[in-house]
Amino acid sequence: MQLLKRKLTIDFMGKRRLAVILSGVLLAVSLAALLTRGLNFGIDFTGGTLIEVGYPQAVELESIRTALEDSGFKGAQAQHFGSSRDVLVRIAPQVDKESAQLSEEALASLRQENADVEMRRIEFVGPQVGEDLTEQGALAMIYALIGILIYIMVRFQWRFAPGAVISLIHDVMIIIGVFAVFQFDFDLTVLAAILAIIGYSLNDTIVVFDRIRENFRKMRKGTAVEIINTSLNQTISRTLMTSVTTLLVLVALFVFGGEVIHDFALALIVGVVVGTYSSIYVASTVTLALGVSKADLMPAKIEKKEGDGSMV
Amino acid sequence: MNQYPLWKYLLLAFLLVIGVVYALPNLYGEDPALQISGSRNATMDATVRDNVLGVLKTADIPVKSTELKPGQLLIRFNDTETQIKAVDFVKSTLGTDYTVALNLAPATPAWLSKLNALPMYLGLDLRGGVHFLMEVDMKAAVNQAIERYSNDIRTLLRNERIRYAMIRAEEQGVRVMFRSEADREQSRKLLNKELPLLVLEDIDTENPGLLAKINAQEIRDLEKNALQQNILTLRNRVNELGVAEPVIVQQGAQRIVVQLPGVQDTVEAKRILGATATLEYRAVDYEHDVQGAVAGTVPAGSRLYKDRDGNPVLLKKAVIVTGDQIINASSGIDQQSGGPQVSVMLDAKGARSMLDFTKKNVGKPMAVVFIENKSETTLVDGVPVKSNKKVEEVISVATIRDVFSKRFQTTGLDSPQEAHELALLLRSGALAAPINIVEERTIGPSLGKDNIKQGFKSVVIGFVAVLLFMALYYRVFGLVADMALALNLVLIVAILSLLQATLTMPGIAGIVLTVGMAVDANVLIFERIREELRNGNSPQASIQAGYEKALSTIADANITTLIAAVVLLSYGTGAIKGFAVTLAIGIVTSMFTAIMGTRAIINLIYGGRRLARLSI
Repeated sequence: MQLLKRKLTIDFMGKRRLAVILSGVLLAVSLAALLTRGLNFGIDFTGGTLIEVGYPQAVELESIRTALEDSGFKGAQAQHFGSSRDVLVRIAPQVDKESAQLSEEALASLRQENADVEMRRIEFVGPQVGEDLTEQGALAMIYALIGILIYIMVRFQWRFAPGAVISLIHDVMIIIGVFAVFQFDFDLTVLAAILAIIGYSLNDTIVVFDRIRENFRKMRKGTAVEIINTSLNQTISRTLMTSVTTLLVLVALFVFGGEVIHDFALALIVGVVVGTYSSIYVASTVTLALGVSKADLMPAKIEKKEGDGSMV
Repeated sequence: MNQYPLWKYLLLAFLLVIGVVYALPNLYGEDPALQISGSRNATMDATVRDNVLGVLKTADIPVKSTELKPGQLLIRFNDTETQIKAVDFVKSTLGTDYTVALNLAPATPAWLSKLNALPMYLGLDLRGGVHFLMEVDMKAAVNQAIERYSNDIRTLLRNERIRYAMIRAEEQGVRVMFRSEADREQSRKLLNKELPLLVLEDIDTENPGLLAKINAQEIRDLEKNALQQNILTLRNRVNELGVAEPVIVQQGAQRIVVQLPGVQDTVEAKRILGATATLEYRAVDYEHDVQGAVAGTVPAGSRLYKDRDGNPVLLKKAVIVTGDQIINASSGIDQQSGGPQVSVMLDAKGARSMLDFTKKNVGKPMAVVFIENKSETTLVDGVPVKSNKKVEEVISVATIRDVFSKRFQTTGLDSPQEAHELALLLRSGALAAPINIVEERTIGPSLGKDNIKQGFKSVVIGFVAVLLFMALYYRVFGLVADMALALNLVLIVAILSLLQATLTMPGIAGIVLTVGMAVDANVLIFERIREELRNGNSPQASIQAGYEKALSTIADANITTLIAAVVLLSYGTGAIKGFAVTLAIGIVTSMFTAIMGTRAIINLIYGGRRLARLSI
């Protein structure tokens, strides 16, 4: 079985203007959503208390909200979580109340309202911890990008590095954009997913770069555009295959993995789709724009022969 | 062409066997169990076991099996409900001398346990339990120290009859104001000699003054001690809670992580973790007869206590020194007798009262009472009832040999262990820096079970989907990749079990993701082989070239993902770390199985033969 016919000659690079427009639009929308609506940060980052409770029958959110309001939890949010029997309650950080008591009191008021309530999960994050986690998350992202940038510069050629990193930033921005547009919960697991996507998307990009490098060395004729096009055609079936298998497991995770893992799986799915697109269009386009040429990629051996004979 | 040397097959077979053996314990599941251990003066033997079993039998609670290990008894049950029902009965039978903990005991067969093969360690989100992140209030710890120093300075100046206008503990240090320059110079000399750890700064307002600051090194030490003391106290409290496999570790400079698997009653957990123990030094009432007091005639001004072995001790009601006046206590060896000893250091206030008391009471005995709030389960009309009890225990009685104040030693202890334990108790009764819960994550038991179920389900479905897809798309080669993928999964589970790394829900997600990405290496290789075939190369040469040419690409791609995983590992906590661990392990094992594993099987099928075509 084959997804694509044998000899492909798709003119990927010929459509690169279209890709630039598409990416530009996606990035603009993401940025606009991020600036106007912002991210719906989970308590990992904002601090606060989150309580997940389960009921034997479906419950009205209104009665839960009233019960909490009556107990003095102003602005407590309640939403169904997965099913109409599960409810997620969010309480913003409170200045005057001891954290440990807060969740107990909230649970007690829910119990008063309906004795059948079952505690499934309580999460409390202090404001300071929230700040620390945000800082750590941002640092992790930056260090991962720097590490990858260095690796590519060493392993390939500097002209490839910006392409790889720009396509990574492109992917991250669009995932964040999707979360901002739809106001999905952005918590620690989503951050982990984004970091995993950095790894995954790069994986794709590197496979393409590897082939570009190989073809620049092998093909005697042809412009940079032609060589990159050939490379993309040669790798496209692999790129799609891997995306398909990864998406298969991610969809399984999204559908069967339960509510806790939902946002995580979603971020990964968006990331894999965007990552696949970006490794074909964004990374190659940037590399092309930076003027990669045959001379840049001839094996290091030849240069070294002229200079230091002792090196292999 | 395309033949592997024998040793590569042997290596693969060896790894396969090891992988299967160490992954195997995970298939046996876990039994809900009670883990009972005896404290100090309680022994654990067959009598205790039979006693407990007798009680459970009368209460009609079925027991699956029991295991008696030195100092520990494990009772397994068929389900969690029986286990929960049993715990209260066992607790009330054994009393407070035994710690009864709810536990999930691996039902690993004996032959696997002998090989150290254990199931994966499940995180709190999978087994249920509480995670606390506690922060030690370092500012308060430093303030306490400044407060102590201000008392010390006051005492010193008074004793040397140096006149001062004011002594005040402030945020930066102790402010001492004088009426004359001469007084200031005299104090400076005195303080430099007596309290060399203080840094003295001049204050020149209308009157001369000194600002005594604690130096940076001592602040660091103070903070370190405050943290360690809190960890120690938390350990003791958690032991009392009766939690199997608790985790209490330092995180960063001022935080402590406490994880209590299986704990459901978070209110109770928070109360016990936050409870304060204290202690009191009291005079022993030696004028009256202890036996008479036991019989019922306790003299006025005295109270009857018990020591740790249950013997009665009669103490005066007046308290000499309380726990919050103890600065430090440490065990060591007495220089003169060579026996074990405990050195205690008091603050200025405590030193003054101790001096006053010892002046008048040389040669008389003095006792230390340890006071703690404990919860207790008792049977009331056959129903277990929980109650809180204030436990007061005499932990040490010693004769006052000499007049002392700030520093003194308790000698005549039976063993270094006893000295160590006494020092530990004294420290945990001393005033520690306050501690706050800054993060709490509680997972109910039902959610934990759901998480395991859903996680397992998504792994299986994702795995099967990928297997089918690969087999359809690459036929024989696809099936070979499937075998490698299965081996990969076995190896990941085996390594996680061997490392006893914590498996969390994000960790399962990491495994799922690895399954999807692991086939990437095979896809790269197989696509290369197809390409080579298309270019008109012979099947054997195509296999050879496909593997060779794909290798560097696979390495590059995996190393970059590994960089991301390592960054996650070093910056992440909790959820993120769990994901990063499985992702990193999965990348490494998948490289091995997808390259060497598939090549071995392909060589076995196609190697050394004349082939017209390949099933790819």
